[in-house]
Amino acid sequence: MIELLPLLLQGTWITIKVTLLGSLVAIACALLAALGRISPIAPLRWLAIVYIEVFRGSSLLVQLFWLYFVLPMPPFNIQLSAFAVAVIGLGLNIGAYGAEVLRGAIRAVPRGQAEACHALNLSPMTRFGRIILPQALLAAIPPGTNLLIELLKNTSLVSLITLSDLAFRARQLNQATLMTLEIFGLALLIYFVLAQLINLGMRLLERRLARGRMRGGLS
Amino acid sequence: MTTLSTHTATPADTPQDAPMVAFRGVTKRYGELTVLDHLDLQVAEGEKVAIIGPSGSGKSTLLRVLMTLETIDDGVIEVDGQPLTHMPDANGSLVPASARYQRGVRGMVGMVFQSFNLFPHMTVRQNVTEAPIRVLGLRKAEARQRAEELLAMVGLEDKLEHYPAQLSGGQQQRVAIARALAMRPKVMLFDEVTSALDPELCGEVLNVIRRLGDAHNLTMLMVTHQMGFAREFADRVCFFNEGQIHEQGTPDELFGNPQRERTQAFLSAVNEAH
Repeated sequence: MIELLPLLLQGTWITIKVTLLGSLVAIACALLAALGRISPIAPLRWLAIVYIEVFRGSSLLVQLFWLYFVLPMPPFNIQLSAFAVAVIGLGLNIGAYGAEVLRGAIRAVPRGQAEACHALNLSPMTRFGRIILPQALLAAIPPGTNLLIELLKNTSLVSLITLSDLAFRARQLNQATLMTLEIFGLALLIYFVLAQLINLGMRLLERRLARGRMRGGLS
Repeated sequence: MTTLSTHTATPADTPQDAPMVAFRGVTKRYGELTVLDHLDLQVAEGEKVAIIGPSGSGKSTLLRVLMTLETIDDGVIEVDGQPLTHMPDANGSLVPASARYQRGVRGMVGMVFQSFNLFPHMTVRQNVTEAPIRVLGLRKAEARQRAEELLAMVGLEDKLEHYPAQLSGGQQQRVAIARALAMRPKVMLFDEVTSALDPELCGEVLNVIRRLGDAHNLTMLMVTHQMGFAREFADRVCFFNEGQIHEQGTPDELFGNPQRERTQAFLSAVNEAH
């Protein structure tokens, strides 16, 4: 069983890299699209809506195929490595869901906060970056954790665009050794541990953002 | 119906030529509903004006349009002689003001809200220093010193590192007052600042406002349901009804000898409730 580990861990490392970088792309996309979605400038709003609906409304696998197989063809002629496609594809896809989560969280910040900013003459940038966003992020953490775990699990699709991730290595080893129970048991465990790490990280972030808040305590 | 009241008294020691705040024919509508109806009001520098009246009479809207939280549909509002939403162009005629101009004029006005609206993720100190640092460009040390002085004035010098959630409502509202004062406004607006507080916490907030009135030449407009406080504190009381000043006068005149039927009915209803 020990002989299984090196290959599985190689696959795990790919899965971790795709998840981490994909998460960064997803968070950036979510933030930009949420901002676009609530922007007073109509073309920005439309752009954000098109992005969100296209990436939410179609299959992730087909999106990955598009980026990997269709973009290199004319008229696009954009050739990306499988790894880049995995990171960008997963990031764009989960980012579209994240944008709606973040938009809801921004909306949920009480209106009085924006009014206080206005009365204090804070610039729109300061208002958003220093007052509204930190409060919205706190509210977005539970659904955001769901999305990042979803992103982790969706990385198993990248083997279909030739990346040797954890799921791919598990299938490969199974064919070679037929130690089916051990291999898929280990793969399951590794995904579970990774998901728990995401959970832990998000909890730490939540604690940081919630400093000073006493939910249900004194008010 | 005219907007003129029976009493036209303004304290004799206030200059009539240069009001700190002036509403001229200000109208504000929400769809069919007219919340401010050709309102005229002038407030002298240093004058304390209490605004009372039934709910929906436009008293909070008066403060909100002055803070530019709402736009107006007609008329002009001036603060220290400068129009709030319009600016003179090269020919001297008024055109809608740029954001930069509006921020300049808005800086003369500060506001305290019924629901405090402190920033929950910041300490008391950060709440008070944020805008002076970001907007006025104060250095951190200066802003901290200003915050410490103001928090001492409202009696909260020992709560600098607390978060709003760790304070009582009355303490939060005192922080909100300090936060608004840190911007050194010329006009302070108080929008039902004790309405969200338990009765025993109102006193500490009203005491702060009282001291503020004694110590500063600050112009104050306050919407309040605390008739006792309005009577004792204000130079002038305005009774609002249906988007207009129905009657106004010194506290003694308005509370002691209201002239109009609607005012009398309102005051006796309020008295019965207490």
